Amino acid sequence: MELERARSEIILNRKKRKKMIRRFFRHRSALFGSMMILFLLLLALLAPLVTPYTFSEKSDDLMQAPSGTHWFGTDEMGRDLFTRVLFGARISLWIGFVAVTGSLILGGLLGLVAGYFGGRWDMLISRLFDILLAFPGILLAIAIVTILGPGLNHALLAISIINVPIFGRLMRSSVLRVKEEDYIVSAKAIGASTERIIFQHILPNCWTPLIVQGSLSFATAVIEAAALGFLGLGAEPPIPEWGTMLADSRPFIQTAPWLMIFPGIFILFTVLGFNLIGDGLRDMFDRK
Amino acid sequence: MGAYLLRRLLQLVPVLIGMTIVTFAVVHFIPGDPAQTIAGEKATPERVEEIRKELGLDQPLYRQYVQYMGNLLQGDLGDSLVTNRPIVEEVVPYLAATIELVVASMLIAVFWGVNLGIFSAWRHHSAWDFFAMIIALLGISIPVFWLGLMEQWLFAQTLDWLPSNGRMDPRIGMEPITHFYVVDTILYGDLEVLWDVLKHLILPAIALSTVPMAIIARITRSSMLEVMRADYVRTAKAKGLSEFTVIYKHTLKNAFIPILTVIGLQTGTLLGGAVLTETIFSWPGMGRYLYTAISERDYTVVQSGILIVATLFVLVNLLVDLLYTCLDPRIQYERK
Repeated sequence: MELERARSEIILNRKKRKKMIRRFFRHRSALFGSMMILFLLLLALLAPLVTPYTFSEKSDDLMQAPSGTHWFGTDEMGRDLFTRVLFGARISLWIGFVAVTGSLILGGLLGLVAGYFGGRWDMLISRLFDILLAFPGILLAIAIVTILGPGLNHALLAISIINVPIFGRLMRSSVLRVKEEDYIVSAKAIGASTERIIFQHILPNCWTPLIVQGSLSFATAVIEAAALGFLGLGAEPPIPEWGTMLADSRPFIQTAPWLMIFPGIFILFTVLGFNLIGDGLRDMFDRK
Repeated sequence: MGAYLLRRLLQLVPVLIGMTIVTFAVVHFIPGDPAQTIAGEKATPERVEEIRKELGLDQPLYRQYVQYMGNLLQGDLGDSLVTNRPIVEEVVPYLAATIELVVASMLIAVFWGVNLGIFSAWRHHSAWDFFAMIIALLGISIPVFWLGLMEQWLFAQTLDWLPSNGRMDPRIGMEPITHFYVVDTILYGDLEVLWDVLKHLILPAIALSTVPMAIIARITRSSMLEVMRADYVRTAKAKGLSEFTVIYKHTLKNAFIPILTVIGLQTGTLLGGAVLTETIFSWPGMGRYLYTAISERDYTVVQSGILIVATLFVLVNLLVDLLYTCLDPRIQYERK
């Protein structure tokens, strides 16, 4: 009997999940955003097939305007801008992914400890979050990269750190809410271990707000990485990072505006895509 | 109110101490030797050692921190390693420039954001609502530094409508009084220079205001939609009040608390975004001051600059909390 019930519950859960996925794709902005990001991902992955050039290949065609041979034109070293922008998509998506995963894990863990164990831990971790949040994000990132020295990996780490308190606070409040539920109390009563309670009962019920935040943070991480690159603290040449490309385009703003326009459009496109997905997810989980 | 203010100020103490620890740590882990920087590349090792002693860099870290805190409490932010001038004096014009830029951006963001949100809520589910929210979505997604560059290219260089760099025409020699140029020109009563200052302010302020504008618009819309369903709004409409009065007096006032919270939080975005905007528009504010200090390894300036900006942010949020009580008398902190 019990087994039957459990089985039907699992099936019900699966149905629920399917329904969620269907709802996600029926949500216009979520669908649109996913399509944008999928398109970008495909372009990034298939970049070597889409373009005949490589991102560091120099030529004598210096500062050519967009044309049939160079769709987005060429830069001051004769490199094909379309190729560089496509390879830049790889870097930006990678930065977003790693930075968000990093801050989600670290922030989630700290938030979990603060929320579940409370007391002194909560006090300590929450104050740490307060302090980190007291700095405007990009300023803190600049400070961290200054300590570590410029470079893509250091920029990644800095972006992860500044997003930690955002995920941490969300996790903490979710855990505080779930902790008081009856099933947790019963799990404790039957003598379940702390690890079991945390990983089997609390975590699976806490992740939704973090997922929503994750997609929104993906968007900000892409902008922050580009901003660090723009300030000369991110990726180093010849890596085709969008922010660095924008910084390099500045002296040629008048003579070759395409050098500035296209990388910017791609940043906007990526960020827009993730924001749309985030909005969709939020509407889906947070239905009033 | 007094008791609440006191409690809030006391709560700030651990955060502020934490901030000093973070900035202190930032500076002491920056690669490179400050003593060597001051002495210059060609200095003898003895000279470098002498400077290290002078600055107290030979002391253990905790001693240096205690010393630093002691100085801070006396209002001493240290001297710049590059110019040798006290930071407290040096920072004033930069700080004023940033505050002027941030205030201008915030005014633009609040005006457009609130009205766009109201408009969207008022015409809920119409094409206008959709259009307004698309603008807000674009505003959230656009990178500030790219928008700044595009503005420079379009309005300053191609169309030549507005200046692209600095706070005023460098040929104008104005002795600053408050270092807030808009205020100064008004004090001098020179309308021509005021116009020049405003023209310099427009492009960076617009670039900086887009993100907060978009976020404020979204919050205003959802907050207004919630309040518009309330009975007293219906009553106000039934009484035959004009739509303008109902929206701006009855609805907006009650929908303003979440909007105010966002305004406070967005100040942080503005202060951070200012670093980028100031770099693009050569705006001589805190962002550029810090950025130059970082590249010159002027570590005392980095330390104090970051601390000043973060403190400003914390204080703005405190101010927002205090404003709640003025807006909504139901919020009474003493009885909590």
